[in-house]
Amino acid sequence: MSVRKKSADPKGVLTGVHYLDGDYAIAEGALAAGCRFFAGYPITPSTETAERFAERIPLVGGVFIQMEDEIASIAALIGASWAGVKSMTVTSGPGFSLMMENIGLACMMEVPIVIANVQRGGPSTGLPTLTGQGDMMQVKWGSHGDYEIIALSPDSPQECFDLTIKAFNLSEMYRVPVFIMTDECVGHMHEKVVIPPAEEIEIIERKWYEGPKDKYLPYQPDVDLVPFMVKAGDGYRFHTTGLTHDQRGYPVINAEAQDWCVRHICDKIRLNADKIIEYKEDETDNAEIVVVSYGITSRVAWKAIQDARKAGIKVGSLRLITVWPFPEKRIEELAGKIKAFVVPEINLGQIKREVERAAKGKAPVYPVSHCGGWVHNPDDILKVIKEAAK
Amino acid sequence: MNEIRFSGFGGQGIIRQGLILGKALSLYDNKFATMTQSFGPEARGSACSSQVVVSDERVLYPYVTKPEILVAMSQEAYEKYEPELREGGTLIIDSDLVRLKPSKRKIKIYSIPSTRFAEEIGNRIYANLVMLGFFAAVTKIVSPEAIKKALPGLVPSRYLDMNIKAFDRGFNYGLEVLEKEAQSKVEKEPKAEKKTAKAKNEGMEK
Repeated sequence: MSVRKKSADPKGVLTGVHYLDGDYAIAEGALAAGCRFFAGYPITPSTETAERFAERIPLVGGVFIQMEDEIASIAALIGASWAGVKSMTVTSGPGFSLMMENIGLACMMEVPIVIANVQRGGPSTGLPTLTGQGDMMQVKWGSHGDYEIIALSPDSPQECFDLTIKAFNLSEMYRVPVFIMTDECVGHMHEKVVIPPAEEIEIIERKWYEGPKDKYLPYQPDVDLVPFMVKAGDGYRFHTTGLTHDQRGYPVINAEAQDWCVRHICDKIRLNADKIIEYKEDETDNAEIVVVSYGITSRVAWKAIQDARKAGIKVGSLRLITVWPFPEKRIEELAGKIKAFVVPEINLGQIKREVERAAKGKAPVYPVSHCGGWVHNPDDILKVIKEAAK
Repeated sequence: MNEIRFSGFGGQGIIRQGLILGKALSLYDNKFATMTQSFGPEARGSACSSQVVVSDERVLYPYVTKPEILVAMSQEAYEKYEPELREGGTLIIDSDLVRLKPSKRKIKIYSIPSTRFAEEIGNRIYANLVMLGFFAAVTKIVSPEAIKKALPGLVPSRYLDMNIKAFDRGFNYGLEVLEKEAQSKVEKEPKAEKKTAKAKNEGMEK
């Protein structure tokens, strides 16, 4: 695979130790990753990211546009990314819903873009200023048709910075929209954020096509299944569309082309899932109970896990860094060895169902659910761990 | 672990107090400090609070539930948040803005006319820094050096000196209050002199 690795452009890297909230850390992560285009529409609790971009991106030679809405924001990102500029936007619940149509377009056109969703309580306008994790299934399935995306879930401002860089790298590598699924609590929480020197930040660039201008095929899969890109405006003739297309990018409206096209955009993620998936395990080896958690909830759950261990229960932790693609193989392996899973999350059981699906009935899954507006009290998670251990 | 809540109304610099304290602790005092905030939809005049959880280890639960220290700079904030203050905790108020209600709770109370002091310095806008100085002196949770290092970037650079002046005013007043407190204890219990002096040196329980 001819992926290009290099270190970050120092211009965008605010090296040092800072006290930042998650929203600001996302903006700094993006600038460090080389993002030079932001298009968005402000919405609580994600607005601070946009504000930070508006202030910072002109200083590093980038462009900030406040668009007329979220649909147009994604359209602008698609155009900028095809022009060769790393691009991102940020939003929350209602804005995320509006983005769905063009997120599908980005998947179909195979455009690297990054979208942060600072989740708040939904549905609809819900709880603008209070936290939620209710968009975890929407990010996977929200646009129509079959497609695959990558979604990451940070638990702190530091991880907002780190995972935003990772999001850009994955997006460039796989020509796919990548999502940072954070939430209001992490977004508005201030903590220490260490930004390393530029040369210590690994940046992955998309694969640029360098062959003859008249031979470029925008959808011809390489050995890693990911096609090469060119910069629009550099003299390559190519076509790209949301319609089902062939390797040239031209519409072909029949079942055979549909099968090739849709399987291609799914397989490049599914068949590379093992390389993409990241999770952190702790004491799962001889655990009776495994707590599967992500984002802010995994932090609170860690307190419950420590308390449960003090009470003599063998509890392991599996913290999802990539929520999508989902580590189903690992969940199934664990399911065969343990007594039960416990899944705390700020929704009514979205990832709990995914754990259940992956566990294939080999271990029961206990949810610790609520509808949002607050983060779990660790004692509520502890109670369910104890119940599951009985 | 310490849970601290600053409270008042929007426009008093309550969020800024939390930010400065959190930055000072986590960047210059080698602690873990997580700052969260809550405010009404109005930009100014509504109830407002910022919360800092301080620990020697990573903070897992980010919100304050039973604070050991409550700083109240408005009557509304005092009435709203005083009940959640932990038994044995510390209440710090602006004595001109908060009228204490009769209470049998075992809490330590410190008061300072922070807004008046700020006006004496030149502008009531510095009341939050006067209060933060007082807070640093009476609680000893944060070093004054760390706060001063944390200020650049969090207050406008041309007003940095004024903010430091305001902080010092509050800090020195805090030291005076502690001194008086120690003296009155000595007068009341002359035999317990050694013990009192020791308690004073150790400062607040952390």
